[in-house]
Amino acid sequence: MARAIVNVPSQAKRGEIIEIKTLAAHPMETGFRRTQLGELIPRDIIRRFVCTYNGAEVFRVDLHPAVAANPLIAFTTVATESGTIAFQWAGDNGYAVTETASIRVE
Amino acid sequence: MSVRAGVRSCLALAAACVLLDFAAAAEIPPAERRSGYDLMGRETRAMQDDDAGNPGMLWVLDGEALWNKKAGAADRACSDCHGNARESMKAVAARYPAFDAALGRPVNLEQRINLCRTGRQKAPALAFESRELLALTAYVGRQSRGLPINIAIDARSKPFLDAGSDAFHRRQGQLNLACAQCHDDNWGKRLAGSVIPQAHPTGYPLYRLEWQGLGSLQRRFRNCLSGIRAQAPDFGAAEFVDLELYLMWRANGMKIETPAVRP
Amino acid sequence: MTTRREFLVLACGAASIAAATRARAQLDPNQAALRRAALQEAVRKVTGGAQVRRGKVKLELPPLIDNGNSVPLSVAVESAMTPLDHVEAIYVFTEKNPLPEVVSVYLGPRAGRARMATRVRLADTQTVLAIAHLSDGSFWSDSAEVVVTLSACLEEGLI
Repeated sequence: MARAIVNVPSQAKRGEIIEIKTLAAHPMETGFRRTQLGELIPRDIIRRFVCTYNGAEVFRVDLHPAVAANPLIAFTTVATESGTIAFQWAGDNGYAVTETASIRVE
Repeated sequence: MSVRAGVRSCLALAAACVLLDFAAAAEIPPAERRSGYDLMGRETRAMQDDDAGNPGMLWVLDGEALWNKKAGAADRACSDCHGNARESMKAVAARYPAFDAALGRPVNLEQRINLCRTGRQKAPALAFESRELLALTAYVGRQSRGLPINIAIDARSKPFLDAGSDAFHRRQGQLNLACAQCHDDNWGKRLAGSVIPQAHPTGYPLYRLEWQGLGSLQRRFRNCLSGIRAQAPDFGAAEFVDLELYLMWRANGMKIETPAVRP
Repeated sequence: MTTRREFLVLACGAASIAAATRARAQLDPNQAALRRAALQEAVRKVTGGAQVRRGKVKLELPPLIDNGNSVPLSVAVESAMTPLDHVEAIYVFTEKNPLPEVVSVYLGPRAGRARMATRVRLADTQTVLAIAHLSDGSFWSDSAEVVVTLSACLEEGLI
């Protein structure tokens, strides 16, 4: 099952600001919806998104139920060195997804 | 919120009934045909156009994985017979629903996929609206993106086209509305805050913001039918496929947008 | 007793809310008041009661959206993003959602630009508020008003 799509340039110049787009598959159940029988559907959301660049955290988001389903998170980072940019999503009910992308920086 | 919203949409539709043009439903001239894409906001269109931001692509990727996965007693993947979908499935979705000689009636793409699953892969059919079936349909549909819809009607499929057309033009439900009254006569006007589209199924299965997920054309039909307080047929019903055939034929020449994004 | 600082924060919030009440409100007055109070408390938790000035932040939302379930939102803050002068965090809140918090974004000089885009849920026509926390300790904000309509043909069953 495709858990996330990440869009990172494969190469960049040192110091260049690169755009990153991520899309995670998740219903982001708010905890405010009810079934036809009136039962509350429990909250089940992604709580945190972290981007690390060769292990160092460069960007982090705390998410709340107001974030739409299948959340898009788009941001920028400075291309400092070649290596791995990693993306981690963590949330309710043990949800944990990691994706990585390699980048070559000249 | 659900009762209020339901009552509000019911009243809005009732009010719309009063204002609707009751003249005989006039078909949209080919030059005036417009996809629902053109009626959306700029940001929603951008969401559809950008593969990196279109949530429908999550299902397309799943579909690609399923395409290559062996299944059933025959232990066969779609790719074992059909090879690379990017080539073999090109323009396929654009000609569905298509007449199936063995069944003696048209089938839609979902049914075609299931015919392959049960007949060729010897695997159980995938349930309508299941993630797997939506993913495979979206993946196959994606291979036709940008290509014109191409429904060919012959003597065998004409009766089913007519049945679909009758369904489109027939008043039904508690609100006694025909599809044509909104989608032929009053497209572009607003109904309860939403713009009425012409109802061309150019982008199915699509990511509907209201569903917050990907869904099929038949799921969308059921939403409309519940809106006019009509009894909805089950998924896979013949009436649905006939209507799908009619709507795709009515949209002949328009470009496939799968996986589309719609409000 | 409200201190001058608290009054400024409340006034800042109230001014943007007053603007939004021009649009038709769909929440009943008690619920609206409770949610407004929750918003002010959430802002207070982040700012510690410090002054929040308008400026530097640009919050963008489409003024009329197709569906409240998924509203594209982007927020950017003017900043050189150097180690000595950068944006530490951006907080986004709503005025009428069941919970006021939307996202908390934590950046730093490695971000390059203090900018983020996502898609949010908006329960009603309302004001959305973004507050940036700069490395010098100051708080800056921007707000945007959005009109939210309901879909015409809803699904039977869930909402």
